[in-house]
Amino acid sequence: MELDVLLRSLEATSVATTIRENESLFPWVESLHVLAITLVIGSIAIVDLRLIGLASLDRAVSRLASDVLRCTWAAFAVAATTGALLFSSNAFTYAHNSFFQAKLVFLALAGINMSIFHLFLSRGIERWGASPHATPLPAKMAGAVSLVLWIGVVAFGRWTGFTMHQSPLAG
Amino acid sequence: MRAPRVISDTHHLVPDAHCSRRSATGLSGNRWKVFTRSFFWSAKTIPMRTHSLDNFCAWLEQTPLSQTIQSAGWIVPAVQTIHILSIAAVMSSVLMVDLRLLGILGRDQPLARVSERFRPVIWWTLPVLLATGTIMIIGEPVRSLENPVFQLKMALLVAAMIVTLSYQVPLGRDPSFWERAPGRRWTVQIIAVLSLALWMGIVFAGRWIAYY
Repeated sequence: MELDVLLRSLEATSVATTIRENESLFPWVESLHVLAITLVIGSIAIVDLRLIGLASLDRAVSRLASDVLRCTWAAFAVAATTGALLFSSNAFTYAHNSFFQAKLVFLALAGINMSIFHLFLSRGIERWGASPHATPLPAKMAGAVSLVLWIGVVAFGRWTGFTMHQSPLAG
Repeated sequence: MRAPRVISDTHHLVPDAHCSRRSATGLSGNRWKVFTRSFFWSAKTIPMRTHSLDNFCAWLEQTPLSQTIQSAGWIVPAVQTIHILSIAAVMSSVLMVDLRLLGILGRDQPLARVSERFRPVIWWTLPVLLATGTIMIIGEPVRSLENPVFQLKMALLVAAMIVTLSYQVPLGRDPSFWERAPGRRWTVQIIAVLSLALWMGIVFAGRWIAYY
């Protein structure tokens, strides 16, 4: 398969090889990845819970979101970078791991959900003020969906770690 | 480097044929006496690794509960997932408050307000972390209790809680405590940096347990 050839050649790059074979580099990159993920989902949860109307009710949505999402994007940049490095070190096996595939699917869905919210559902977000009742229902739903998807990302990520060496296609 | 355990997730290392010991024995009266004496003796002398700690771990590993956790493959990853989500709650709360203490984020809100919003999240989530952590310890006593990295993580946790309380307690008595003098403003910023370093250190140590 074309993709498999691509994955194998990615594994063979010097960056990927160094991470895979250096005994302390992989754990350090992975730890940073885990930390970044906790900050991504934690900060997103703050905004989602506000949208749903369960927390931070005394703060306007737009104000809260602009503050928090700055942290989210910074953490996501670190998570994506470290994730790419980790992936490259064992690209073939990760790509064929169904839990990892599910993680990527949920990640994409979370991104789509966020885009839909930004493009279509956040009209008048400045007017949502400090009352939960002013938040439109579609926005609340986007918040709830976001939470579910990100919890899924964390769960699938953890299961990936536990199923890697069981992959029948492990190289 | 130590050989990876069967239910550990050090998947990038070559897994070996190590099998955990299985035993059908449960808990008897005499074992309970040995356990309590060993536990309190080791708690008193705070060793890194002792004969008593070895005994306790060996005993714990053979309990039916530990056996169940080890053999049912879904328990450890499920518990770890809850552990990670709980860490997310604590870490993001710590980040939000510490960034406010540093004056980087949320300056439109009073310091006390920000701290008060996230304080319950931090302290109510720690018991969840304790519960999930305990299940993981019961499932793999040696991998956790006798691991210096785990012990370091616990030491960092104690330090982090002390540092967190050091700004929360005065703030609870006087909402503008940390803003009354330039000296205090500097102090609380140092506390914030220390807090971030310690809590993040806990996360790193937590992941490194699997690799030591």
